[in-house]
Amino acid sequence: MAGDFFLNLNWLPKPPEDFRQNLKEAQGDEAALIRLSTTALNLNQLNALAKRVVAARADVGFRKLTPVRLGVIGFGTNDFLAAALTATGLRFGLDVEVQIAPFNQMAQVCAGIAPAFEGFDPDIILLAPDQRGLPGDSAAALDEIDRMRAGIRQQWNVPVIYQGLAQFPQSLFGNHDVFLPGTDRQFCNAVNAGLASRVADTDDLFLDTATIAANTGLAIWHDPVMYGHAKLPFSQDVVPLYADNLCRLLAAFRGKSRRCLVLDLDNTLWGGVIGDDGLGGIQLGQGDAAGEAFIDIQKAALALRDRGIVLAVCSKNDDAVARLPFRDHPDMLLREEHIAVFQANWDDKASNIKAIADALNLGLESLVFFDDNPMERDIVRSHLPQVAVPELPEEPALFVRCLLNAGYFEALFLSDADKLRVADYQANARRVEIKEQAADLDSYLQTLNMSADLRAFDEAGMQRITQLINKSNQFNLTTRRYSEPEVRGFADSDEYSTWQVRLSDAFGDNGMISVVICRKLGAVWEVDTWLMSCRVLGRRVEELVLSCLVDAAAAAGAETLRGVYIPTDRNGLVKDHYRKLGFSPVSEAEDESVWELSLTDYSQSDDLPFTMQVVE
Amino acid sequence: MSDNIYSRLAPIFEEVFDEDDLEVTAELTANDVAEWDSLSHIRLIIAVEKEFGVKFRTTEVNNFRNVGELVEMLQAKTSA
Repeated sequence: MAGDFFLNLNWLPKPPEDFRQNLKEAQGDEAALIRLSTTALNLNQLNALAKRVVAARADVGFRKLTPVRLGVIGFGTNDFLAAALTATGLRFGLDVEVQIAPFNQMAQVCAGIAPAFEGFDPDIILLAPDQRGLPGDSAAALDEIDRMRAGIRQQWNVPVIYQGLAQFPQSLFGNHDVFLPGTDRQFCNAVNAGLASRVADTDDLFLDTATIAANTGLAIWHDPVMYGHAKLPFSQDVVPLYADNLCRLLAAFRGKSRRCLVLDLDNTLWGGVIGDDGLGGIQLGQGDAAGEAFIDIQKAALALRDRGIVLAVCSKNDDAVARLPFRDHPDMLLREEHIAVFQANWDDKASNIKAIADALNLGLESLVFFDDNPMERDIVRSHLPQVAVPELPEEPALFVRCLLNAGYFEALFLSDADKLRVADYQANARRVEIKEQAADLDSYLQTLNMSADLRAFDEAGMQRITQLINKSNQFNLTTRRYSEPEVRGFADSDEYSTWQVRLSDAFGDNGMISVVICRKLGAVWEVDTWLMSCRVLGRRVEELVLSCLVDAAAAAGAETLRGVYIPTDRNGLVKDHYRKLGFSPVSEAEDESVWELSLTDYSQSDDLPFTMQVVE
Repeated sequence: MSDNIYSRLAPIFEEVFDEDDLEVTAELTANDVAEWDSLSHIRLIIAVEKEFGVKFRTTEVNNFRNVGELVEMLQAKTSA
């Protein structure tokens, strides 16, 4: 159900399976508590987290969180909001203290007849009326709300957040409720419009519950049973989403909205891999369903830029190859002039994102990182927890919904200053140097539960092997192309040792990711073809493959492995492949270099982060 | 069958009342659990509804004095 996307906060990663254990270990640890808050917690988990937050606030205090004291004057029972808002606040860098005014006395509290917030000193007040507690005429209802607003000004002199009304999922006349006076729908619309017009050009804010309720479904938002039972103004199921939305506003109120969107390229801004598929092979543009989805993503990025969000690129690619679509693809909406910092290289993304933040002089908590690859997302989350990284489904047509509903860029008004800021960053797509490596990636790899399967070419793999041989450009040492009958020839020949490698990990099955063809020349085994999918770059797969090659060659009585690198304009990535693996150069010409490894010199690194299965 | 219901209730109670070693027995009442107040009671009801795929009527929400009576209600609802 599409409403579940909102109810379950699907742009956030799932909480850890052992959430309660994590919670225990996070006791008094600000960073660990924040980290838990950045997952899609349910109502009970929010309550449990809030208890630890309140305890940590009293015991050790917070260093990173910005405090905000929120008073709530609302219709019906609102006590359940306190814990949900306190826990959710951490997600937005806020330490939210909440106090709820006495039950069902909105007018009395605002008029100063019923006491509230004594000794609390709120920074801002949520005013949450409800059609069940207002006069039935919208003009009279707005008058009533104005009186409450005036009372708040007099007593506390702080901004308010007006909460809009969510219409009931039932009608009186039917379709024409939308304009017929005396109906709930017409009333809610009129009051919401009145509140919105009051907010414009003031310090007050507006919580658009009508839209939140429409997104989840009005029949889910309103829970008549729980309203009857405990006067809960809306369903407990929507509390996590409600709290997330309210905290976005509080974050914007405190100037903590995010300001920079860092974009991956391959399969994020276009379909396919530019390094392998080339300018004509990537999916982008009208006339193709997938290509149109990517256009929508670029439109969304540009729209954000127009209202002041700085754009940057972070992609595992050769710089020149990555810039090609920005310069030469007719359907690209994004151009280099829109990008402030352009990082296309083969270093890890955490280090690159750190470099982007430094170059823009922004804190990491101002950044959002948008990448289709679950592992890249996970690496960045684990190494740079301040960066927001939305979860994405596999379907690119749904990417925009994830990006724009996550509330990262909540803004209270459209300011010229925001627009100027983008210009200030001089979007000239410059490259910046990585000053420090962000991450201990090796220990991270150990947590991925990678499992490799290596086997000789067989009929089941033939199609994919042939496809990889004819498509891979970047991690491809010789770029030799072979037809399916030729590939079958290698498989059947005693003269060749062939390898297909599959990899699965904590994020799922990556399928076949590497292919090697090795020619047996007696004492020397020469690598004819060695290619790998760039998706699994930086995971030490090539070291694993080498160790298997060495074992096989040694078992066959060979003494030396020989490798050849034939440069193309696409495979600069593997220029030093053999050097990194411990081979020595035999000849290094411009159009070809030859490398050798003596098997007796080879010592396998014993901490490769894989379990593996070799099928002979 | 009621054993099965108790074993499904145990993790729900643990999560709702934020207490690890809670023994969920027929005799257990709100007085025995520190965190069991009117608000967490609502969270309990909602979590139980989700787990068992049932909906409680307004009159049922508060209509049990101990966990045993809740289980009886669940048995009646899930066998219908």
